[in-house]
Amino acid sequence: MTDAMIARTGPDHRAAFRASTFGDVLWSEWVKLRSVRSTFWALTVTVVLGIALGAVISAATADAYARFSVGAKLSWDPTGVSQSGVAIAQVAIAVLGVLFISSEYSSGMIRTSLIAVPKRGRVLAAKSLVFAGVTFVVGEVVCFLAFFVGQALISGHAPHAALGDPGVVRAVAGGGLYLTALAVLSVAAGAVLRHPAAAIAAMMAVLFVLPLIAQALPDSWRHPVTEFWPTQAGGQLTNVYHSAHTLQPWPGFGVMCVFVAIVYAIAWTLLDRRDA
Amino acid sequence: MIEAHGLVKRYGSTVAVNDLSFSIRPGMVTGFLGPNGAGKTTTMRMILGLDAPAQGSVTVGGRSYRDLPAPMREVGALLDAKALQGGRRARDHLLCLARSNGIPRRRVDEVLRIVGLEGVARRRAKGFSLGMGQRLGIASALLGDPAVLIFDEPVNGLDPDGIHWVRTLMRALAAEGRTVLVSSHLMSEMALTADHLLVIGKGRLIADTSMDEFVRSSSQQSVHVRSPGAAELAVLCREAGATVRAGSTSRAAAAPVAGPDPGTAPDVIEITGMDSAGVGNLAAAHGIALSELIPVRASLEEAFMELTRESVEYQAAGAPR
Repeated sequence: MTDAMIARTGPDHRAAFRASTFGDVLWSEWVKLRSVRSTFWALTVTVVLGIALGAVISAATADAYARFSVGAKLSWDPTGVSQSGVAIAQVAIAVLGVLFISSEYSSGMIRTSLIAVPKRGRVLAAKSLVFAGVTFVVGEVVCFLAFFVGQALISGHAPHAALGDPGVVRAVAGGGLYLTALAVLSVAAGAVLRHPAAAIAAMMAVLFVLPLIAQALPDSWRHPVTEFWPTQAGGQLTNVYHSAHTLQPWPGFGVMCVFVAIVYAIAWTLLDRRDA
Repeated sequence: MIEAHGLVKRYGSTVAVNDLSFSIRPGMVTGFLGPNGAGKTTTMRMILGLDAPAQGSVTVGGRSYRDLPAPMREVGALLDAKALQGGRRARDHLLCLARSNGIPRRRVDEVLRIVGLEGVARRRAKGFSLGMGQRLGIASALLGDPAVLIFDEPVNGLDPDGIHWVRTLMRALAAEGRTVLVSSHLMSEMALTADHLLVIGKGRLIADTSMDEFVRSSSQQSVHVRSPGAAELAVLCREAGATVRAGSTSRAAAAPVAGPDPGTAPDVIEITGMDSAGVGNLAAAHGIALSELIPVRASLEEAFMELTRESVEYQAAGAPR
């Protein structure tokens, strides 16, 4: 066995090799992402729940439309209703994003990764970019399919939306953008907290628990929280109807992106400074 | 070539590595030896940029590890065979590492063949035995065909066949002109593999010596003597230039003559610097009766234990000191 040649080139001819680039690291992270089974399952859940849940909620609310109050009919947002599945799909994206980096810590793979790529900022950037890219593609597919399925179920029972209507393309494409921002947030949170359970719990708190607590607060507290809470603010991008005490779609998404950037900066700094 | 200057690493109030300086040369296997907790792994982690030293610096080929343009092409490392995600197939594990340094895909199959894992390339790593994991770790170290190789306890968990294979591989890598650093806490293993020895204990450098020199100095013969005239013989031997210590029935507990060691027998001495014939002739010339005269050769293991005796981190209660 040891008779086999170890060297590809022989020690004296080793001189010529090119430097490792960010593109190499991107490719490496892509191989990592596609070579574990959890990726496939989490993305399948995202697609199935995103479309199926959107369809169920679209059909149910359209059916109830006739009995709506005048106020409820005025705020009827067929686009937003068809995107309801995003609320569940985001759980799969958040969990997968957290696991993409924190499972490297729990397994010890992170040491192997950082020996291969000691410029640590590259690892975080490549991981975030690869996962954001995959999420963007999957997210847009889910949101557009959910829109078409949802509108088909709504039409005939209630006013439905078309892509040509004002704000509709922004709202549907916005679902994918919202998931993409969430993907980066999840990877960064996983890098900061390192323990999968802790990082998943933190993401669930950001997505569901804290907004739920805000509902119990008096209006003077509740309104600024729902207005500026990053994931709530970012979610405005997926609605056509603009409800009171919420930010406009793009400023709302901007607030979310600033939050993501802050968490990412913390992750970058900690990854760079901490012993691995 | 790996060079360390005044490396210091602290974890809280514990000093794991204390003012460590060394240089590891190419073309030979350097054994990094020390008891458990001596700071071997910490030192290797600092070489590889995983831990930042509190003081001092370490370079590989003149550059700090983090500044290497293509790290895997220059340094191959196996720190922990379990440092991988078990859900990934062996081949994919190597492929993601290869991609990160622009190493072509065919090299993955090549290293799998070198370590003898081509048959399980498509198996997920969590089903691997410790030995197979060790081979996979070695494969990842070889991926970039690097000039410097660092292995932390590579024979852990290997069967005798695997140990022999690793030993031969290390020798072959060094023979190709590479720098090979291998850590171990087993002197007997190093004696068969290493050309040079770096011995540390409690984070400090204890010895930096060639294997030959270590063997020569530590395999010094001594002579065990039991005699009713031991005290007189001790004086005569010292006059003749030899070193004499109080002996005991168990040779391991050798202590200075003055020491209040309860294990010493008054009529037993250990003489170094004179062979058994010399001691016998001296005793005969002065009419001293000998009841035992035994030439003794210390094993390398004993020499190593003697060297690191003061710096063993975890010691069983009541262990002979």
